Amino acid sequence: MRKNLNVIAAYSIMMGLIILVGIFQSWNIALSIFNLCLISAVMTMGANIQWGYAGLINFGIMGYTALGGLAAVLISVNPVQEAWSVGGLNILFSLFLIIGMVLAVRYVLNKYEKSKTRTYIIAVIIILGIIIIRFVSEPGIEAIEEVDPAKTGFLGGFGLPIIFSWIVGALFAGGLAFVIGKIALGLRADYLAIATLLISEIVIAIIKHEDWLTRGVKNVIGLKRPAPYEVNLQQTDWFIDLVEKFNSSKLNLISDFAERQAALNQFVIEGSSIFVKLCYSGLFLIVVIALLILTQKALYSPWGRMMRAIRDNEEAANAMGKNVVKQHLLIFVLGSAIVGIAGAMLVTQDGLFTPGSYRPMRYTFLIWVMVIVGGSGNNFGAILGGFVVWFLWIEAAPIGLYLVNLTTAGLDDSHFLKVHLIESVPYFRFLMMGIGLLLIMRYRPKGILPEKIEIK
Amino acid sequence: MDFLNAIILLLNYIFVPALAYGSQLALGAIFVTLIYGILRFANFATGDMMSFGTMFTILFTWYFQSVGIGLGLLPTALLAIPFAVIFMVGYMLLIDKFVFKYYRTNKSPPVQLAMVSIGVMFVTQAVVRIIIGPSDRRFFDGEKFLIRAGEFKDMTGLNEGLAIKSTQVITILVTVILVSTLFWFLNKTKTGKSMRAYSDNEDLALLSGIDPKKIVMITWIIAGILATIGGALYGLDKSFKPFTYFNNMLPIFAAAIVGGIGNPFGAFLGGYVIAFSEILLTYAYKKFFMYVLPESMEPDGLVQLLSTDYKFAVSFSILVIVLLYRPSGIFKGKVL
Repeated sequence: MRKNLNVIAAYSIMMGLIILVGIFQSWNIALSIFNLCLISAVMTMGANIQWGYAGLINFGIMGYTALGGLAAVLISVNPVQEAWSVGGLNILFSLFLIIGMVLAVRYVLNKYEKSKTRTYIIAVIIILGIIIIRFVSEPGIEAIEEVDPAKTGFLGGFGLPIIFSWIVGALFAGGLAFVIGKIALGLRADYLAIATLLISEIVIAIIKHEDWLTRGVKNVIGLKRPAPYEVNLQQTDWFIDLVEKFNSSKLNLISDFAERQAALNQFVIEGSSIFVKLCYSGLFLIVVIALLILTQKALYSPWGRMMRAIRDNEEAANAMGKNVVKQHLLIFVLGSAIVGIAGAMLVTQDGLFTPGSYRPMRYTFLIWVMVIVGGSGNNFGAILGGFVVWFLWIEAAPIGLYLVNLTTAGLDDSHFLKVHLIESVPYFRFLMMGIGLLLIMRYRPKGILPEKIEIK
Repeated sequence: MDFLNAIILLLNYIFVPALAYGSQLALGAIFVTLIYGILRFANFATGDMMSFGTMFTILFTWYFQSVGIGLGLLPTALLAIPFAVIFMVGYMLLIDKFVFKYYRTNKSPPVQLAMVSIGVMFVTQAVVRIIIGPSDRRFFDGEKFLIRAGEFKDMTGLNEGLAIKSTQVITILVTVILVSTLFWFLNKTKTGKSMRAYSDNEDLALLSGIDPKKIVMITWIIAGILATIGGALYGLDKSFKPFTYFNNMLPIFAAAIVGGIGNPFGAFLGGYVIAFSEILLTYAYKKFFMYVLPESMEPDGLVQLLSTDYKFAVSFSILVIVLLYRPSGIFKGKVL
C-alpha cells in the first residue's frame, strides 16, 4: 500500500478535479470529459506499449484511430442494397485483383534473388496492377457514388451491433500496423517517427477521398448506439421514477403540482443524457480495466522482461538469442490494435464518423504528450496522463479566460488588447500543452508516475 | 503549332508552379537538414517556426503599408523580411537557450530532442494563433502578374496562354540567390567549413579547436533566415494560414529525407523532386494529349494518374519508396 501511495494520490486528485467540474460546471460536462479521458487512456496505453515497453516511436496514432472509426462504420451501418447491386461486383473483383497483385509480388520476392531485374519486375507488376484495378473499379465506384448521394452514396456496412466494431477496429489497425511495421521498423528512431507520421497521413487521405467506402468528407451520421436513446428514456416509467427518487428532496420543496411536474420534466431531460453518458462510461471502464489487467500481466511476465531487455540494449538481447525484429513487429501490431479499439470507441460515443476531423495535432501529438506526461513504461502513468492532459485540454479555455480576465482587469472592456486576448482564448490550450510538456521533459523526464520495475 | 501549344500548356500548369512550390519546399528542407546535421534531431516544429517568421513578415508589412512605405511594383513584404528575420533569429536563439541547450549539453538521445521539439511546436503554434489568429491572410501587394495569359496569347498568337505570377519569379530568384550564398558560405568560408566538420564528426571538430557554441548559434541564425524567407515566399505565393504551415512540415520532411537528410544540396533537390512528382502525377493530361495526338486518338477521360486529393499522399509514397530502397536518400545523407 505504502509504495503505491503516489499512484493512489494522483488518481484521487484527478477524480476530485472531475467531480469539481461536475459541481461547478455541470455533471454533463464532467461525464463527457470523463468518457473522453477513458478513450484517451486506451490510446495512451497503446502508445505506451510501443514506446514504454519497446522504445518504438509511433507517430501514426491518428491513422489507427481513423481505421478504428472506419471499422465502426463498416460494422454498424446497414448495407446499401442498391449500391451493392450496381457496383458491388466491380469492387469485389478489384479486391481479388489487389490480393492477386500482392501474391504475385510476394512470389517474385521469394522466387528470385535480389537484383535490379527483380525490382523492375515488381515495379511493372504494381503499375500494371494499379492500371487494371482502376479500369475495373472506376465504373463501379461511379455507380455507387451516384446512389442517393445526399444520404448514402457508399456501400454501407454489415448492420451488426456497433460493439463488435471494437474488435474489428483492433484487427484493422493491427493489420495496418503489420504492413507498416514490415516496411518501416528497420528504420532509425527519428526516421521511424517521420515515416509513421507520413503513412498515417496517407491513410487519412484514402479515408477522406474514397467516398464509395467511407462517404469521405460527407461524413456518416446517426450510427447505432450500444446505449439507450435519450428520447426513449424520457418516456420510460422506471427511469422517471428513478429520477424522481433521486431528486425527491428538491421536488418535495415545490408544493404546486404543475410546477412540480415541470421541474420533474427538467430533471428527467437532464438525467437522461447523464444516464446515457454513464452507460458509455461503464462500457469504456470495462475496456480500460481489462486492458490494464492484461498489460500489467504482460509487463511482469517473462515476455515483458524480454521487451525491456530489447529496449534497453538491443544488441545484447539479440546476442542472447531473442528475435528483436519479430518482437518489435509483434509489439507494434499489439499497440496499434489497442489504438484501433480506442478509435472505434470514439466513433461509437460520438455516433458519427467525420474523416475531416482526424488531424495529427489532436490524434498523434496530443496522445504523445499524454504518454510523456503520464510516465512512459508505467501503465498507471499512461492512463493518468490520458486523464490529466485531456482534462487540461478541455478546461484550458475556461482557465485561460479566467487568467485573461485577471491580468487585464485594469483595462477597459473594449480595449483592443483585451478583446483580442479573449478571442484567442481557445489557443491557450496549445500553449498550456507545450509548456507542460517542456516542463515535464526538463524536470521530470520519466513523467508524473515514473516506470518502476520490481521483481516479484 | 499544336506541339508548341502543348509545351506552353505544360509550362503553364506544371513547370512554373512546380518550380515555385519546389523552391519553397527546398528552403524548408534545407532548414530541416541543417538542424538535423548539426544539432542532430528531427525538428517537428519546422512548419510552425516557418509560420512564426511569416507572421512577423505580415506584421511588418502591415506596419509599412500603414505608414505608406512600399516598393512600387514589388510586394512590400520583401522590405519586411529582413526585419522579420531579426525577430525570428532572436526567437530561435531564445528557444535554444531555454529549451534545446539543456538536452544538448546533457547529450540526450535524438529522440528526446525530437519530443522536446514537439513541445516547442505546441508553444509556437499557440503564440502564432494568439498574436495573428488562425484565419487565412493574404499580404501580397504590388503587380500581380509578370505575364498575363491573355497578353501572352496576343503576343505569340498561340491558343494556350502562359501566365507567370510575379510571386513565382520572386520565389525562384530569391531561392537561387539564397541557396547559392549558403553553399558558398558552407564550402568556402572558414565558419562554413567548421560547420561541416562539426556535422561530420563532433569529437574531432572539438579537438581541432572549433567552438561548438558558435557553430550552434550560426546554425540557428541560418535556420531563422531560411525559415522566415521560405515561409514568407510560400505565404506571398499562396496565402498565410497557420494550419497549412503546420501541414507543410510533412512534404518538407519528405523532401529532406528523399534528398538524404543532413545533406543540404540533397534537400535542395529533394524539394523539387517532391514538388514535381506531386504536380506531375495529379495533373489531368487530357488537353495535352488533345494537342499532341491526332484527333482520332483523343482520350475520353481526364488522363489523370491520381486525383488531386492525393497530392500529399504522392510525396509521402515517394518517401516510403526511398526509405525502403535507399534509406540514406537519393543523394546520400549525413555528409553536409
